[in-house]
Amino acid sequence: MSLFALEPRREASRAASLAAPVVAVFCALVAGAILFTLLGHDGLSAVYEIFVAPLLNPYRWQDLLVKAAPLAIIATGLAIGFRANVWNIGAEGQYILGGLGGTFVALQTLDLQGGWILPAMILAGILGGMAYAAVPALLRTKLGVNEILSSLMLNYVAIQLLYYLMRGPWKDPMGFNFPQTAMFSFDQTLPMAFPGTLIHLGVPIAAAVALTAFGLMTRTIVGFQVRSVGASPKAARFAGFSVNATVWFALLLGGGLAGLAGILEASGPFGQMVPSFPTGYGYSAIIVAFLGRLNPLGILIASLVLALTYVGGENAQTAIGLPSAAAGAFQALILFFLLGFDILAGYRVKRGRARRAQDASGGAAAISPTPGSAIPTPSTTGTQRA
Amino acid sequence: MTPRLELSGITKRFPGVTANEDVSFAVAPGEIHALLGENGAGKSTLVKIIYGVQRADEGSIAIDGRTVSIGSPNEARRLGIGMVFQHFSLFEAMTVLENIALGMDNPPSGRTLDARIREVLTEYDLSLDPQREVHTLSVGERQRIEIVRALIQKPKLLIMDEPTSVLTPQEVERLFKVLRQLRDEGCSILYISHKLAEIKALCDTATILRGGKVVGTCDPARESARSMAEMMIGGSLKDISTKAKGLIGKPRLAVDGLDAPGEPPFGTSLKSVSLSVRAGEILGIAGVAGNGQNELVSVLSGERLTGVSGSIHLDGAEISRLGVGARRKRGLSALPEERNGHSAIGAMTLAENAVLSARGPAGLTAAGGLLRLGRARIYAKTVIDAFSVRANGPEAAAASLSGGNLQKFLVGREILGEPKVFIVSQPTWGVDAGAAAFIRQAMIDLASRGAAILCLSQDLDELLELSDRIAVMNGGRLSEAMEVAGVSIERIGLLMGGVHGEDDPESEAMLGAGRAA
Repeated sequence: MSLFALEPRREASRAASLAAPVVAVFCALVAGAILFTLLGHDGLSAVYEIFVAPLLNPYRWQDLLVKAAPLAIIATGLAIGFRANVWNIGAEGQYILGGLGGTFVALQTLDLQGGWILPAMILAGILGGMAYAAVPALLRTKLGVNEILSSLMLNYVAIQLLYYLMRGPWKDPMGFNFPQTAMFSFDQTLPMAFPGTLIHLGVPIAAAVALTAFGLMTRTIVGFQVRSVGASPKAARFAGFSVNATVWFALLLGGGLAGLAGILEASGPFGQMVPSFPTGYGYSAIIVAFLGRLNPLGILIASLVLALTYVGGENAQTAIGLPSAAAGAFQALILFFLLGFDILAGYRVKRGRARRAQDASGGAAAISPTPGSAIPTPSTTGTQRA
Repeated sequence: MTPRLELSGITKRFPGVTANEDVSFAVAPGEIHALLGENGAGKSTLVKIIYGVQRADEGSIAIDGRTVSIGSPNEARRLGIGMVFQHFSLFEAMTVLENIALGMDNPPSGRTLDARIREVLTEYDLSLDPQREVHTLSVGERQRIEIVRALIQKPKLLIMDEPTSVLTPQEVERLFKVLRQLRDEGCSILYISHKLAEIKALCDTATILRGGKVVGTCDPARESARSMAEMMIGGSLKDISTKAKGLIGKPRLAVDGLDAPGEPPFGTSLKSVSLSVRAGEILGIAGVAGNGQNELVSVLSGERLTGVSGSIHLDGAEISRLGVGARRKRGLSALPEERNGHSAIGAMTLAENAVLSARGPAGLTAAGGLLRLGRARIYAKTVIDAFSVRANGPEAAAASLSGGNLQKFLVGREILGEPKVFIVSQPTWGVDAGAAAFIRQAMIDLASRGAAILCLSQDLDELLELSDRIAVMNGGRLSEAMEVAGVSIERIGLLMGGVHGEDDPESEAMLGAGRAA
């Protein structure tokens, strides 16, 4: 018998589920301050420079929105998958393939003009992300391969593909041998949503995607299907829903949105394709999805929090010489505390004493490393309690 | 005489509900004492307190006149209390011996234990091979493992929780023989059940619980089943009105030569199942759990299509290749046995659970795949009202309902869609007497309106009460359907136990005898 044991709580605590992200961010700040103090930095000013300073500078607000947009778009797609118990960890690769898909169209149309070029690039980006997500979908539905592993591993393949294209076939012939494509033309560049600002069209698109997703999940039969499959595949079959079709839908949607975010970044802030294109948005979006409670509206808020770590992280590098990994450390702390509080919201910790066999097995199943239960979400923990 | 077990003033409260309130009664040595009550009356909690799984907030327990504190099942076993749970906790891939050893605090060596098990088996005339793997055993044999597990500790008090719900009539008789032998040896038995006929046949005393309180003690032999049922529900029992005779029409559901693989890992495959249910008719399917009933329901509902061969006709149209949704659209509704996570999603509201299967019949979706949530709420409310479901309205989570109330809601959800063919498995499983009567009445009324109903149940009494004809499922095969009027229980029991007569001349002779009787 272990010293401590987890016992499922009788009542699912909705309040605790909503409070967990706030408490987790706060704890991450405290733990981060301690961590960086121990590393010989000024911990308090690290927290200040990352989480407070960007908010005091209105010019930085634009930066926040620009960084939040891809996070929100990717996280929305992931969250819908997570709701269906489809654990797509491959958004980073799908984001890259989205960028590459759009770039391919851009490279074919460098000498052309017309308003159709950018929409064609965006469409190619979405298709690129979807095609890449189709691989884990096919493996999962045909061969039962766990999508966590297949989608994660494909991220590394995507990065190598990007490096190959940048150093080989897609290298700008006029680019002094730098491993990057030619700059996109005017018709290939994402316009600003508000002239004179940094806020490009991706920002309103992100808001629209989240709102649409919210409506999809709460008001349509497709959203209902996704939630049913996530809550219980057996009940979903009873309802006449195909579990495999839902897996395909979740992965294609997640991949398509990650691809959309990719081409919006490539045609927006980057303006060309470069080897440094992947900036970890695909991974950070997982944190955004959970911090936003898998709810598209919550994700809009959570994406701003994570964007803050990106913007503030850069800020802290120049202001107090914090390493660039600081932002990642804070992101990881947020996820760490969030998962911890989610467990505590669903389970009570007991001093280990012999428990009934049924309880023991139930508890063990609930914290076993299966996708459905490793990361307790409002929906999955709800099922376990039911 | 000092009672073997004496409970005084046991009270147990959970957040929001008092499970037991001032419960006091005594069980004499060598007495079979029934604990009777509806679902949610507090029987399970009380038994868990006696067995040390839970602690009482107030009150005391005395064993043989000595007040004891029972902090765990281990302590309960040391005090001579044994328990056979309703749901077995057995590892299917392990042998009988290994399973028994796992349940012991200090298991002896394999050979010693094997000898002790065989001793117990001979003493009580039970047949069981300690070296067999559990997944090869029938439900009755599995229960015997649990019984041996308890008996090997030589208990002074044996608690049995709903032991007969999964047994054939013959197995029930065999179990009663063991229990009577135990009683004659001086062992006390606390027998939990809601089957009143059994309690009348077996028990010396009955204590009746209602709403967590003791509402009466009686001698079951002197009470009628009806009077005990009324004490249990605290009101008069409504009679089920039988449906008008002679309304039976042409076949609505016709199944021919249905073969399907079993559900992994240890499911039973369907072997050439044929049946036909006519309009206005209820066809009952009896059988011990795990003999292919779940497979039959999922194949008929359309949840399982792969590997299925044979034909299924609904009102003359072949539907065996259609999916769940298409079959529902044609008026076939199937309600599987399992509520949580199969016919209902606990974390969703009742309105959302209405969408699960009634979105077609009740028009809960609009063009473009939009949900009509307002309509879903109204539909759920209608079900709640029509089936007197105790729930906090359509927005209550399904998990917040008691088993009986949820089942009423689910049956209501299907029936209010006016299906032409209604397939239902275990319609009153774990449901209290009042709700069970309500559900049966609703099924009879549906049949009276011209629907064909296929009812699978392990409760033979229920089937005899409801059905026009009855068939028996065993090992994935379905027997010929027999008219319920004048059917022999003996014969049903033999069929349930796997005596088919096809490949066994001896059993054919037995069947012949059953037929003659």
